[in-house]
Amino acid sequence: MTNSPAAAGPLLVVRDLVKHYLPHGLFARGHPIRAVDGVSLEVAPGETLAIVGESGSGKSTLGRTILRLEQATSGSVQFEGLDVLALDRRPLQALRRKMQIVFQDPSGALNPRMTVGASIAEGMHIHGLASSGDIPLRVAELMEEVGLDPEARDRYPREFSGGQKQRVGIARALAVGPSFLVLDEPVSALDVSVQAQVLNLLLDLQRRRGLAYLFIAHDLAVVRQVAHRVAVMYLGRIVETGPTDEVLATPRHPYTQALIAAAPDPDTTARPFKLTLPGEPGDPSRPPSGCRFHPRCPHPAKDDRCRREEPALRPIGHGLTACHHAAPNP
Amino acid sequence: MSPLLEVANLRVSFPLARGVVTPVDGVSFGIERGEALALVGESGSGKTLTGLSLLRLLPPSGRIEPGSVLRIGGTDLLALDGEALRQARGRRIGMVFQDPMTSLNPVLTVGSQIAETIRAHFPLSAREARARAEALLVEVGLGDTRGRYGNYPHQLSGGMRQRVMLAIALAAEPELLIADEPTSALDVTVQAQILELLDRLRTSRAMSMLLITHDLGVVAGRTDRVAVMYAGRIVEEASTAALFASPGHPYTRGLLASIPRLRGPRQPLRAIPGNVPVPGQWPTGCRFRPRCDRVMPRCDTEPPVVPTAEGHTMRCWLGETP
Amino acid sequence: MTLEWRGLWADRGGRLGLLLLALLLAGALLLPPLLPDPRAMPDLAGGTLLPPGTRHLLGTDHLGRDILARLIFGARVSLGVAIGAVTLSITLGALVGLVAGYLGGAVDALLMRLVDAALAIPRLFLLLLIVAIMPRIPLWVLILTIGTTGWFGTSRLVRAEVLRLSTMDFVRGAEALGAGHRVVLFRHLLPNVIGPLAAATTLAVGDVILLEAGLSFLGLGVQPPTPSWGSMIFDAKSYLITAPWTGIAPGLAILLTVLAVNLIGEALTSMNQVGSV
Repeated sequence: MTNSPAAAGPLLVVRDLVKHYLPHGLFARGHPIRAVDGVSLEVAPGETLAIVGESGSGKSTLGRTILRLEQATSGSVQFEGLDVLALDRRPLQALRRKMQIVFQDPSGALNPRMTVGASIAEGMHIHGLASSGDIPLRVAELMEEVGLDPEARDRYPREFSGGQKQRVGIARALAVGPSFLVLDEPVSALDVSVQAQVLNLLLDLQRRRGLAYLFIAHDLAVVRQVAHRVAVMYLGRIVETGPTDEVLATPRHPYTQALIAAAPDPDTTARPFKLTLPGEPGDPSRPPSGCRFHPRCPHPAKDDRCRREEPALRPIGHGLTACHHAAPNP
Repeated sequence: MSPLLEVANLRVSFPLARGVVTPVDGVSFGIERGEALALVGESGSGKTLTGLSLLRLLPPSGRIEPGSVLRIGGTDLLALDGEALRQARGRRIGMVFQDPMTSLNPVLTVGSQIAETIRAHFPLSAREARARAEALLVEVGLGDTRGRYGNYPHQLSGGMRQRVMLAIALAAEPELLIADEPTSALDVTVQAQILELLDRLRTSRAMSMLLITHDLGVVAGRTDRVAVMYAGRIVEEASTAALFASPGHPYTRGLLASIPRLRGPRQPLRAIPGNVPVPGQWPTGCRFRPRCDRVMPRCDTEPPVVPTAEGHTMRCWLGETP
Repeated sequence: MTLEWRGLWADRGGRLGLLLLALLLAGALLLPPLLPDPRAMPDLAGGTLLPPGTRHLLGTDHLGRDILARLIFGARVSLGVAIGAVTLSITLGALVGLVAGYLGGAVDALLMRLVDAALAIPRLFLLLLIVAIMPRIPLWVLILTIGTTGWFGTSRLVRAEVLRLSTMDFVRGAEALGAGHRVVLFRHLLPNVIGPLAAATTLAVGDVILLEAGLSFLGLGVQPPTPSWGSMIFDAKSYLITAPWTGIAPGLAILLTVLAVNLIGEALTSMNQVGSV
């Protein structure tokens, strides 16, 4: 696998990606669910871009749509220059080797009737990547690489703990040799003491294999640990993006500020803030007019423009923010 | 002044195909009036079962072993039965569970569910109970919309349902509120709201609280004391401030070192090796032994509970070294 | 299927059911060559309606034929019809369910409306109609009839499972790896459907045995002189007071078989609830 470090151009370019779920069935009524409603982003080789949001933000749908596990409504996804959304079946299948996904729930992500060795080897079978004699060897190598005992390859998923199952899921994705992984909340369903293990493993793998990650999460502290850049999503759109350290140190969008303020923190023994965001994350089938965040927004300068006009992402500092009132220097 | 809640040597057992397991294995703690204690642990630690035992709500095959002591305000909870037990549940101890989606009856309005609890504990007419239920809805922050009383659970979001659960738990005016992972299923901004609400309710009603959680971040600044559980036992107990400032037990230290932080200098995470043991397959001696970075030969015997400072105890041989 | 067998043996009810069924099958398959042909001439002289004794272990029926021999030959018929019909209906139901669940959309809607319509027709009356039209039906027609009228419920069950499984991440993961429809259907969906399907299958066997017995009892199923448990009860109904063993023997046989099959089915059902995704 060749991976030139600061390679020419980004690996993944997404432009104005839209995914709406239409109500279906014989008697369908109601509004479409606008899960992803115009998202643009880029990921460079070897880099981690984190997507952060709460429920209804569309972050999971974004990951799946980029991989064409969901059919996009409109927009474009370019991977290594190829137009992913327009590919026919065969070239798409070939592309699948380069882009893989790790899911949130380790229990649902593995076929309970396949041994973990078979699950890991599945991709190799599908793409003919190794002869049947070689496969056990490759599976053993992968299991070691993710910290599992290769002797366990003939066991079934239910004999493993959550953290171990997640490692199997990672090995399964790595088996086809991808350069880009979508990680959909990979540690959210794990015990606290195991989360660090898997996060460290992911960082290790990135270093060793030069992988690029789209890291979907709701926990900002986790994101801080693994991501070079972060994009905050709300109701299907990105509201702020930029280098992780900068966004966390000086958040410009009121929603980002609220997320940071609400994050549980074992450092402080006194509550540092009194800002609690009212209301709940909105309904993606009925987003508010204008700025989607305006009903909950605590910004003192909130005005009529916020209700009427949807703000565009504009450069502030080293990143982009979508707010009419975000100051360049808070 | 004796504590409001006294738990001593609580042991809960379940008969399984492979033998009897004891997921709660000798847990002792106390909660004073008006105090909030956090019970922190990961899956398999036994924290949820501990909470359920206080209300005698264990699954049918579970058994509270003899020798366990459970007392609230001097009343022996294990000696109660039938009507007396029913009264104690709700009137003395209230409970809020993790998943608001499945904790509410989907075919009854939320208001009637609150009123039902009120009437189960107080001799009030339907109209009086309704008035009180409306007042409770306001108290938990759901009073802004008229007709909230007549809403059905499916019409409410997760955070709102959790508020309804709180209202039901408070309806009988308990002295102690047990909250079992009350915010784990909620979004982080909603979680902050609910935690804030819990704080407010505690102060306004001078209620004690047992907060069961796996998230140490939720605990900081919100509870007075913390007890850390591992493999069915409490391995460390201290005031919240002391636990974060000077954790003693290697498990507590390991946890704190492995949690990603939002503030402060960014450090690489130091993970605790190995996996959380499953009840029934606990190591002999100190149960944390296989994963401990400071293990000593004497750790293959059960360590005692030793005080390390005023109001700070831990179950570890390290506490004995001068 | 290895997971199933191990689990069945471990479960007490399942083990009992398996042993019982094995016994019955062994008896039905191995004993007949050793016994006199029960379709042989009725032995009126030998003694009709003899109670169980040393020569005839379960006695004789109203035509002097050995009841035990008829019972064992009848087992072949009853079990044969049951297994044949159930195999047919399970295969049909699984196929329809898989297709409807996987393809979805218009195909699914069409198939399910057909199933709904078919389910509205009472099965027993349909069968009675068919067998009444053709009085002397060959056995294979009986199997075909019962089989083709029994797959509707199974198709719904399989469809529901397929729908549930399709949303699971391991199926998405297979798609992400580049798996085509065939791989998803046969490596991922089908093996996970077998669990609930096996449970439903064994329970269906019990149903069909009772169904066939009922039909034969009404004189409409298996025709004399071929013995079947149902027809034996039919024959015995006039003699229940004077010679109860003529009815008890086949009745008990039906009971034990259905019990065995139900025990297995229940064990499989509880295993599915516990151990699966």
